[in-house]
Amino acid sequence: MEASTMRLFKLLLPVAIVGLSHAGWAQSPTYGLGRTPSAEEIRAWDIAISPSGKELPPGSGTAKEGAQLYAQKCAACHGANGSGGKAPTLIRSKSPSTNSGPCLAPCVREGNVMATHSPYATTIWDYINRGMPFLQEGTLKPNEVYALTAFLLYKNDVIREDDVIDAPSLPQIKMPNRDGYALPEWKHGMPRAFPSKP
Amino acid sequence: MDSKKPSRRRFLKSGAAVAGLAAVQSASGQTATPEAHPAKSLQDLIAYGERSRFVSSIRVPVVERPSPDAFGLTFHVLSPLQDSAGIITPSSLHFVGTHRGSIVPDIDPKEHRLMIHGMVDRPLEFTMEELRRFPSVSRIHFIECLGNHSKPEYKTVQETHGLTSCSEWTGVPLSVLLKEVGVQKGAAWVVAEGSEEVKGAGSIRLAKAMDDVLVAYGQNGEALRPQQGFPLRLVVPGFEGIYNTKWLRRIKVVDRYYMTYNDYGHISNDPKVAALTFRWGPKSVITFPSGGQQLPSPGFYQITGLAWSGGGAVRRVEVSTDGGLTWKDAEIRGAVHPMAHTRFGMSWEWKGQECVLQSRCTDELGDVQPTRAQVAKFFNVAPDYYKTHGVQGSDNTIQPWRVASDGSVHNAIV
Repeated sequence: MEASTMRLFKLLLPVAIVGLSHAGWAQSPTYGLGRTPSAEEIRAWDIAISPSGKELPPGSGTAKEGAQLYAQKCAACHGANGSGGKAPTLIRSKSPSTNSGPCLAPCVREGNVMATHSPYATTIWDYINRGMPFLQEGTLKPNEVYALTAFLLYKNDVIREDDVIDAPSLPQIKMPNRDGYALPEWKHGMPRAFPSKP
Repeated sequence: MDSKKPSRRRFLKSGAAVAGLAAVQSASGQTATPEAHPAKSLQDLIAYGERSRFVSSIRVPVVERPSPDAFGLTFHVLSPLQDSAGIITPSSLHFVGTHRGSIVPDIDPKEHRLMIHGMVDRPLEFTMEELRRFPSVSRIHFIECLGNHSKPEYKTVQETHGLTSCSEWTGVPLSVLLKEVGVQKGAAWVVAEGSEEVKGAGSIRLAKAMDDVLVAYGQNGEALRPQQGFPLRLVVPGFEGIYNTKWLRRIKVVDRYYMTYNDYGHISNDPKVAALTFRWGPKSVITFPSGGQQLPSPGFYQITGLAWSGGGAVRRVEVSTDGGLTWKDAEIRGAVHPMAHTRFGMSWEWKGQECVLQSRCTDELGDVQPTRAQVAKFFNVAPDYYKTHGVQGSDNTIQPWRVASDGSVHNAIV
């Protein structure tokens, strides 16, 4: 009995060692450089918002609150009614645009405004939060970003005026261009889709 | 302070560094001053060399949008390929591209950190000093902006192709850092983010991140230039420029495409366009003779140019001097690196007649650079569609130059 256990142990020992060392290779760092950031430090920098909305902070806003903020913080560049300013059009107007000046990338004109072009509402939240207002980037509080997002979605007929937008509801908003983008595969050494022979 | 002496710091802060340099150049070009470098003391020149005052090659803003723009921001600035020699773009002449227009941040490398977190076993934050303690590699790669589209109204190769440049980049393979933090099961993408005012960020497939992406701190033998992401940037070989995140401060390992700040402007609903957008195909252009140049007389010349591909190394470059009727193999003049500018050349006797010159690149995957007519056929549009529209996706079409009988050279795309 004892001998056969011993035999089994000897048989399995190399397997166990290989298993352990493999796990060790995968799980322990090679160089031991760097420091572990605190959860607080990670949260402060964690501003890219997944379409699932998992990085969204607590807070909420409505289009009505957003209208006031828009007038204060956005209208100077984007126009009082969301078009005709030196910055991209944000609200589709009923009449054709007269704006023919330089267009900031992504160049967004009538019919292609972010609220209708973006497949995810989270992208609008992310964009405003990190990139606006010009020269005061990163100063908006979460409630303000929710309110401005709600305002733009309402003005482009995506949500109702009294809808309250927050972390759970934002990713659920059905965007008009939800399926309007293609995501190509990439593999090392993959030829292009274009026919390769002339 | 001498008002002629440009303050680097002030330029960086105003975001108008490029405009400033261009202004200095044109001023000295107008008045042929006897001093070699009136704005620089001998001590300055001992410390950091300058080119001859007889060399006047400069970058210029893209045709459609000035830099600085209405907001004082630097947008896209074109590299003078017509003056290039060899395959390396001098760091001072590297093209500049920013997403919405950007203010170049003035970053103290002692304060800079790179955080890697998300779906990893050990989130870590590295100082620049720590990053330099990892094994480094140096590789030569081009970076080219998706906006590098040739149009019939563009006159010079700087205007048609100036949003590509090539440097030797030094840094840590991203795969080394990702192994250090331990990527978890289910991870499929990384989001890379900069530290400029808008924190520009974009999504890259994990397969590419683990393949050949560099976290670079060196460019052409010195630290990165501020306009190129000092002190740290991503180099994503062969991919369109916007993925090469500058002023890199954060990499988050995630489970899906994030459609964040830099991603948004680059989406397409057409799978055919999208498939031609992520990475560059085989491309080449003749830099001499090219649009705006002048052949002084009939006789012997070197046709020369650059070829590159996001698909790997350049395998072959052909040149036609009769508008594409016949092609001859050009010589590869210098080293061939994967996903790098490659110099080609061919001896040529110009007999004084009008002719059309063009080059065609084939890469190691066997992909061949197409004509605009071939791309029109692929997208099922009329042959004259590109008179009024840009080429869909990334434009790697063949660029013809017409040499007139008076020796002047012109853009011949139609």
